[in-house]
Amino acid sequence: MSVVADLTDINQASAAAHARRIGDVVLSVQNISLSFGGVRALTNISFDVREHEVLAIIGPNGAGKSSMLNVINGFYHPQEGKIIHKGVERKSMRPHEAARRGIARTFQNIALFKGMSALDNIMTGRNTMMKSNILAQALYFGPARREEMEHRKFCEHIIDFLEIEAVRKTPVGRLPYGMQKRVELGRALAAQPDILLLDEPMAGMNVEEKEDMCRFILDVNNEFGTTMVLIEHDMGVVMDISDRVVVLDYGRKLADGTPDAVRANQEVIDAYLGVSH
Amino acid sequence: MAGLTTTRAMDTLPKLLKHHAQVRPNHPAMREKDYGIWQSWSWSQVHDEIMAFAAGLSALGFKRGDTLAIVGDNRPQLYWAMAAAQTLGGTPIPVYQDSVAKEMAFVLQHAEVRFAVVENQEQVDKLIEIMPDCPALKTLVYKDPRGLRDYAMDFLHAYTEVQDTGREFIKAHPGFLDAEIAKGTGSDLGVMLYTSGTTGQPKGVMLSFDNILITARNNAEMEGLGPDEDVLAYLPMAWVGDNIFSMGQAYVCGFTVNCAESGETVLTDMRELGPTYFFAPPRIYENILTTVMIRMEDAASWKRSMFKYFMDVAKRVGTRILDGKPVSGMDRLKYAIGNVLVYAPLKNVLGFSRIRLAYTAGEAIGPEIFSFYRSLGMNIKQIYGSTEASVFICVQPNGEVYADTVGKPAPEVEIRLADNGEVQFKSPGVFQAYFKEPQKTAEEKTDDGWVHTGDAGIFDENGHLKIIDRAKDVGHLNNGAMFPPKYVENKLKFFPYIKEAVAFGNERESVACFINIDIEAVGNWAERKGLAYSGFQDLAARPEVYDLILECVNQVNDDLAVHPMLSGCQIHRFLILHKELDADDGELTRTRKVRRRFIADRYADQINALYDGRDSVYVSTEVTFEDGRKGTVSADLRIRDAKVHKVAEPLRKAS
Repeated sequence: MSVVADLTDINQASAAAHARRIGDVVLSVQNISLSFGGVRALTNISFDVREHEVLAIIGPNGAGKSSMLNVINGFYHPQEGKIIHKGVERKSMRPHEAARRGIARTFQNIALFKGMSALDNIMTGRNTMMKSNILAQALYFGPARREEMEHRKFCEHIIDFLEIEAVRKTPVGRLPYGMQKRVELGRALAAQPDILLLDEPMAGMNVEEKEDMCRFILDVNNEFGTTMVLIEHDMGVVMDISDRVVVLDYGRKLADGTPDAVRANQEVIDAYLGVSH
Repeated sequence: MAGLTTTRAMDTLPKLLKHHAQVRPNHPAMREKDYGIWQSWSWSQVHDEIMAFAAGLSALGFKRGDTLAIVGDNRPQLYWAMAAAQTLGGTPIPVYQDSVAKEMAFVLQHAEVRFAVVENQEQVDKLIEIMPDCPALKTLVYKDPRGLRDYAMDFLHAYTEVQDTGREFIKAHPGFLDAEIAKGTGSDLGVMLYTSGTTGQPKGVMLSFDNILITARNNAEMEGLGPDEDVLAYLPMAWVGDNIFSMGQAYVCGFTVNCAESGETVLTDMRELGPTYFFAPPRIYENILTTVMIRMEDAASWKRSMFKYFMDVAKRVGTRILDGKPVSGMDRLKYAIGNVLVYAPLKNVLGFSRIRLAYTAGEAIGPEIFSFYRSLGMNIKQIYGSTEASVFICVQPNGEVYADTVGKPAPEVEIRLADNGEVQFKSPGVFQAYFKEPQKTAEEKTDDGWVHTGDAGIFDENGHLKIIDRAKDVGHLNNGAMFPPKYVENKLKFFPYIKEAVAFGNERESVACFINIDIEAVGNWAERKGLAYSGFQDLAARPEVYDLILECVNQVNDDLAVHPMLSGCQIHRFLILHKELDADDGELTRTRKVRRRFIADRYADQINALYDGRDSVYVSTEVTFEDGRKGTVSADLRIRDAKVHKVAEPLRKAS
């Protein structure tokens, strides 16, 4: 019956609850090799992603991190290897199939519809769940209307979650970069994915914006249980929020393990992290 | 517009609540924009919500005489919690939600608070952090559960849970709450508000129901307010104004209080709502005007010409039309056309279309800003008040609205001027006491029962009060000339480019100033000039910006030079600060007033540099970020001389 508690107790409780929630392997990438003509983007990469965890993929530029995400997503089709997602094995998949099966992603350079408002952009994330046909939607009556209201309600939850109420009607092209990234995250969340792929979500942000983004990522993982795979260059962020880290360099996997283990790995230090002098 | 159905006999807030639940059960009492849609609660629904929470609080151990701290943005649930505490005979203490932990700890400790109702995880964390310093605090209720999933403490309760328990309690004890309400009288404590002092520690102002409700009613009757008003609640709940507008007057009149969605969406919310009764400090009106002017500069040239033409018409005749003075038929026609083309659309975009009454107070308002809004047909008036007065001391009557006065005494308020020029008042709104500070309470009241305001003022030929400055801030230069620093600072702040100014000169040779630029206005100006800058500090250091500010200072000097009493106060030198003065750093109060003594201490070096003729001075200040962490900001500040007119030798101080 403790009346007085402090924030360290809460943090420990959160961490323990989080660790309990990490489940079995939900996505397994095995022996993936990808080449573009003579360029070997990925060579024999294998790793697992467990349910509800936050996995970071790091490595120097050109290591093949974005290519790896694109393979998971279905944009690129590997020459060799296979992906086992929720028990189903497949070699190549169309992006829209990946979306339907619960994989959503954000893009490094933002791929929002610049002329549409933030709210509309987030609504497009619900696309795979909209059932009424194009005629009903164009005429906007009856079932299409009801469906739109349901989806709008869900999107408003996301807007509230990401604290972007003030810009919901603003055309996205007019928003500052950090806000656009948030809207893109919102769009990915609107699809209610099991796995969320984030390609450099914190690129170009200052310290305050990064902290906000970290908080959102952790909140999403906490509240919705979404598995997160993120590519990130900010080592502080990576070490802080990820459960496991995969290190790539020149298309090869250098290390795979907890942040502490990876931090101490000599090959990783030589290739990427460096040492302080 | 209906009149008031409530009477003075309903002398507590809960009694008024019962009345409205009976007489206008379906009338909207409160609205909140949640998830993009305005949700609404009628008086009967609000009554049920408040009773449920009150019963729940009682079940948690809240007793008559207990205090309930309220921390958060303007949310219906928090307003209901205040009324719930009052129902049980307890006292709500709303706290500034942007206080740092230390400030909050002081208030909660001093008031011996046992219960707190907060909005969200941020506030929960803050209170948990200070709990060791506040041994009385044992129960925390939160409204928004987001992020609190893993918080397993048993002193933490969800608002809706408390209400569910409350509903069970009501079923088991049906007459309990009505009996509690019947025990309340007008002389009971209604609310306790801790003023953010310009000097020293905050003091807990104790206001009774009579204080709040009589003042609220007097003003409502004077202004003809009724149950159909729509008010936007967006100013801090800890501020006395919100307690009068969103609680006191709402309950006396039965009108609707609308809670803004968030701090950033206030303008959008206003536009959607179209409030009929509105309050804002002068700086908000100024910001809005600046935004309008900036956007007009981007408009097509024919739009700009049309705007300029009709704004000139408005400037000439608009205020006269509003005040009911005679205006020629031709001008009336032009004004009517202007209304269709410019004024009405403009007011619509700003959300001012339905405003019947707009107040401003707290600082002097620039005359151009004031006449801008009045010329558009918006009835904006100045009032003068304080927490210790339950707001209203002076109000400008309709038809007698001037930019440089604060009006005539409000109903049932008596005012007198002491020998030293200090304004003193007596009214039904006078606070009971400062909590646990009998000494300070005695100091605030005079021997014969009047209250010191600490402001120096004079009555003009129309019987209106004019406030010159804080009485203790009015100083003298070395040559005996009177120096009211606020007067000089206000003249500077009337320029859109200057956001804040601090003037020095007491017991000095001449007057010198610190200036904060307004990043919006100056940034926009810089953009038009093609001047690139990398942030506030960079912009504030630019020689071109110094030139711009120099022009403003010179104009102020031109104005001052023609005043017989004030020509000695011309500004000789100034510098532009590298960072904005901030309440988090202790330089401003939470209501954005300058803390003179603190600034004089912290920036002593820089003040000396102003007076010893140096061209520049190094400054390194510690700043506090919103989460309480500290950092330093440093810069080299340039000092410039202004153009000063020769003055006649002023009178020597009488020895």
